[in-house]
Amino acid sequence: MSANADTTSTASSGELKVVQDAACTFCGCVCDDIELKVEGHTIKEAKRACVLGKAWFLNHEPEEGPSCRIEGQPATVDEGIERAAQILCDAKYPQVYGLSDSPCEAQRKAVGIADWIGGIIDTTTSVCHGPSGMALQGVGEVTCTLGEVMNRGDLIIFWGSNPAESHPRHFTRYSLMPKGLFTPNGRKDRTCVNIDVRKTKSANAADIFIQIKPRRDFEALWTLRALSRGISLDGDLVERDTGVPLATWQDLMDRMKACKFGVIFFGMGLTMTRGKHANTEALLALTRDMNAHTRFVVNANRGHGNVSGADNVVTWRTGYPFGVNLARGYPRFNPGEYTTSDTFARGEADAALIIASDPMANFSEAARQHLARIPFIALDPKETPTTRAATVAFTVATYGINSPGTVYRMDDVPIPLRPAFDSPHPSDFDLLSKLEQRVKEIKAAAY
Amino acid sequence: MSETFVLIPGRTSKQGCGISEGKFKENYQREINTLQVASEDMQRLNLADGDRVRLTSEAGQVEVAVTAAKKGELPTGILFIAYGDLSSRLMAADTHGSGMPTSKGMDVKLEKIS
Ligand code: SF4
Repeated sequence: MSANADTTSTASSGELKVVQDAACTFCGCVCDDIELKVEGHTIKEAKRACVLGKAWFLNHEPEEGPSCRIEGQPATVDEGIERAAQILCDAKYPQVYGLSDSPCEAQRKAVGIADWIGGIIDTTTSVCHGPSGMALQGVGEVTCTLGEVMNRGDLIIFWGSNPAESHPRHFTRYSLMPKGLFTPNGRKDRTCVNIDVRKTKSANAADIFIQIKPRRDFEALWTLRALSRGISLDGDLVERDTGVPLATWQDLMDRMKACKFGVIFFGMGLTMTRGKHANTEALLALTRDMNAHTRFVVNANRGHGNVSGADNVVTWRTGYPFGVNLARGYPRFNPGEYTTSDTFARGEADAALIIASDPMANFSEAARQHLARIPFIALDPKETPTTRAATVAFTVATYGINSPGTVYRMDDVPIPLRPAFDSPHPSDFDLLSKLEQRVKEIKAAAY
Repeated sequence: MSETFVLIPGRTSKQGCGISEGKFKENYQREINTLQVASEDMQRLNLADGDRVRLTSEAGQVEVAVTAAKKGELPTGILFIAYGDLSSRLMAADTHGSGMPTSKGMDVKLEKIS
């Protein structure tokens, strides 16, 4: 794949390059209206990017050093591919994990590798919105694109999500401020409700803040489900269980029924807390219930730039979104059994291929200790605790800045990447293509 | 003396910027190694900014510096820390059949160590 040059221009000095409509892949908003000013291997300006986007673009310089290290020692990429392929082909229960900061084309290769080695393919979805994926399979999901939210949404609810810090342009580009077809006055045409256990920066942007007790999202959601059906509830019990008076919930339900197009954005406040998929199932079911009264949709605020792409690619290839075991030659899906956090913590995986993620910093202690004991391969543009501990560590080009491809925005809209400059390091796609080829050769020779 | 709190790890924009700057650099390390405590709880426990406390969960134990949360942001009894190495060390491995460890809303014991 070659860098997309359509939208780039080089100034007469030959030094300054401008990339129009570059896509920021730091968070799931994937803002694709960024203007980059590039000088050599440095991005000097990232117009329209938020604080996180600016940090993403402006701190980017290709890592110095070799593209590959084997047991900490510099090696060629070919040597690294050979060692990686041997590790994966020798393993009995290998785990392929990560992928949420990698383009779809590379993700597709990773699923191919997992298939060839009879391993498990899992993504960081399993430790962010995996419970939402489980709920979706149980009760379905009434949803829409962010464009529809912008054009129609007049009641915007954020539940367990703090986009002011995690997706800073969410409000201005999609959900609260923009003027849309049926929201011509922008923010004035919308009511914003924030539901959380603490008064985050996002709560300050809301018209109504509802502070619930920690770990009581499930009770709060079922309170609303009951109210949507007109079932009378014991006020004392509701307040004791949710920390919020029944009258506040009734007022919210009245607004939900009265709005023209309601939208609930939810975050890891629901998926990572007690109840997990039971919480998200209650939320998706509540959204479905509301469609008996008005138009109502729900969207997960996805964190990483292409975590939605990972769900899509793994689903196209296997029929399931994450935690898929391909050992028997056909896919089996079982969160809790085949998900990486579990196979590591239980000491089951005997090798791993980690792409664009950092389990050595983000997993439980038991999972980390096991990962440190097994041979594993890591691909990352930057040095992380995971690349430091890897048997074979590849430094790769950064997607969206150095390498092209496709990513899926949090609402499953595909967006092409427009890279700013080449990297001395190979892309995930190039490396995984080579690795898949070598794995195929080893497996074919063994038959 | 120790007291039980509910710990909510989460994202912050400083932690997000720190990921891009580099995980071994100072900004990221400072952000993930600072515990926010409601000012009422700080006063009650006689804690000042920069004091170190020990947090113990069912899964692990860490030591961390405290800072007062912005006024009104945290209710009493709740602690906040940016996602990172320390918050993960406190997280139990069990995912209850979901693939997701309970990473928010953990019970932790807090005790002052300096
Ligand atoms: S909101 Fe997200 S995608 Fe948009 S500029 Fe900020 S970090 Fe990048």
